[in-house]
Amino acid sequence: MSEIKKIKNLKEFSTSADRFEGANLLCPGCAHSIIVREVLNATNDDLILAASTGCLEVCTAVYPYTSWDASWIHIGFENGSTAVAGAEAMYKALKTKGRLKQPDRVPKFVAFGGDGATYDIGFQWISGCFERGHNMMYVCLDNEVYANTGGQRSSSTPIGASATTTPAGSVSYGEKKNKKDMVAIMAAHGAPYVAQVAPNKWKDMVAKIQKGFAAEGPVFINAMSACTTEWKFAPEDTIAISDLATDSLVFPLYEIINGTELNITYRPKNIIPVRDYLGAQGRFKHLFKKEYSYLIDEWQTRVDAKWEQLQRREEARV
Amino acid sequence: MEKAGWDGFEIGAMLRTFDGAIQNIATTLPEDRAYSQSSSFTASVADWRIEKPLFNKDYCIDCQFCWVFCPDMSIISRDKKMIGIDFDHCKGCGICVEVCPTNPKSLLMFPEQKDEESALVEWPKKVKKEKEDEVGEE
Repeated sequence: MSEIKKIKNLKEFSTSADRFEGANLLCPGCAHSIIVREVLNATNDDLILAASTGCLEVCTAVYPYTSWDASWIHIGFENGSTAVAGAEAMYKALKTKGRLKQPDRVPKFVAFGGDGATYDIGFQWISGCFERGHNMMYVCLDNEVYANTGGQRSSSTPIGASATTTPAGSVSYGEKKNKKDMVAIMAAHGAPYVAQVAPNKWKDMVAKIQKGFAAEGPVFINAMSACTTEWKFAPEDTIAISDLATDSLVFPLYEIINGTELNITYRPKNIIPVRDYLGAQGRFKHLFKKEYSYLIDEWQTRVDAKWEQLQRREEARV
Repeated sequence: MEKAGWDGFEIGAMLRTFDGAIQNIATTLPEDRAYSQSSSFTASVADWRIEKPLFNKDYCIDCQFCWVFCPDMSIISRDKKMIGIDFDHCKGCGICVEVCPTNPKSLLMFPEQKDEESALVEWPKKVKKEKEDEVGEE
């Protein structure tokens, strides 16, 4: 095992040398690269990375440029997870045969995917990786929409959000199905570590990533990624919107160890109403019309119920 | 740097980020890295900006919020001190200004044509706290 990087405070964190480069083509104010930086800077070890098709992949690997300073591979929409799993299997094989050139350097295997590649298209592949128990981390950059192809709904899109395939108008209030609970699904695989993170809570996030790197086996991280283009807010508000999401408990921050031990890692001092979170984004604008306002109350009920359930699970250790 | 033409690139699907080998990339700062022309570090997105952030170090408390929340690796911090902005890679999103906690802010957005000296002269003074600056909460 290699040493865990010491990150006591933000000043110490800021001495990290980024392995992700600027002049990528992500939108100004995109949370994807904030998340990627926090993940990559959480360790000093070598990295072997893969990305599924999505905003992150198309924006950081535009020929003739690459924005990655580590081994990085892209194959298809569905198989970011299996690409890294294959590399990890190869690493294990070479290690067993004693053919590693630098056996003292233990790399970390990380796959990145958007919510489309994680919740929908790559789901079977990720499930396979977790069942086989590869020693890897899968980071889902969850922006709740297929942002790269123009804002189609995914199974992560929450109720009431207006997406291009579920537009809000006079006959519909937008997306009608609730978001899939991917964190619970991955925890049900019995993975050693599963967590939900948000980029605005950087310390919580770095601690979780380091726990994930230290765990033996597959690790799933669901990272909330506020999307300035599809959620429709001003680019400078990315962190403010993320704060609203975590403080209104729309995105509660918690971890699940070995599929059973649930710990809530962030309890907001002042829980703000979900209405504030919805009102800050253009995709929920129509919910504030009279005929759809009942949806906001439903949202609040749902979020409260989820928070209640998480607290019960934490207490009961199941 | 001399750039290769469209037909001058290495054939194949692999791009090398650096010229030559770097032993430990995680501890090598960008100024010590030999970026190849395949790295997007050698490209620029400066023309995306309408407004640019400018930095006044008199008010900076080196909290590094701007560093950690910058999506474009454009806040340059060395030895735990914020020392400047990388205008080749800054896209002008304004997150650094929003997260800056000082009073007055030590980072502010200015029109792209504004020169730094005149911006520093007309930098706002400290305001007595009357109401909290409600960032992004309407």
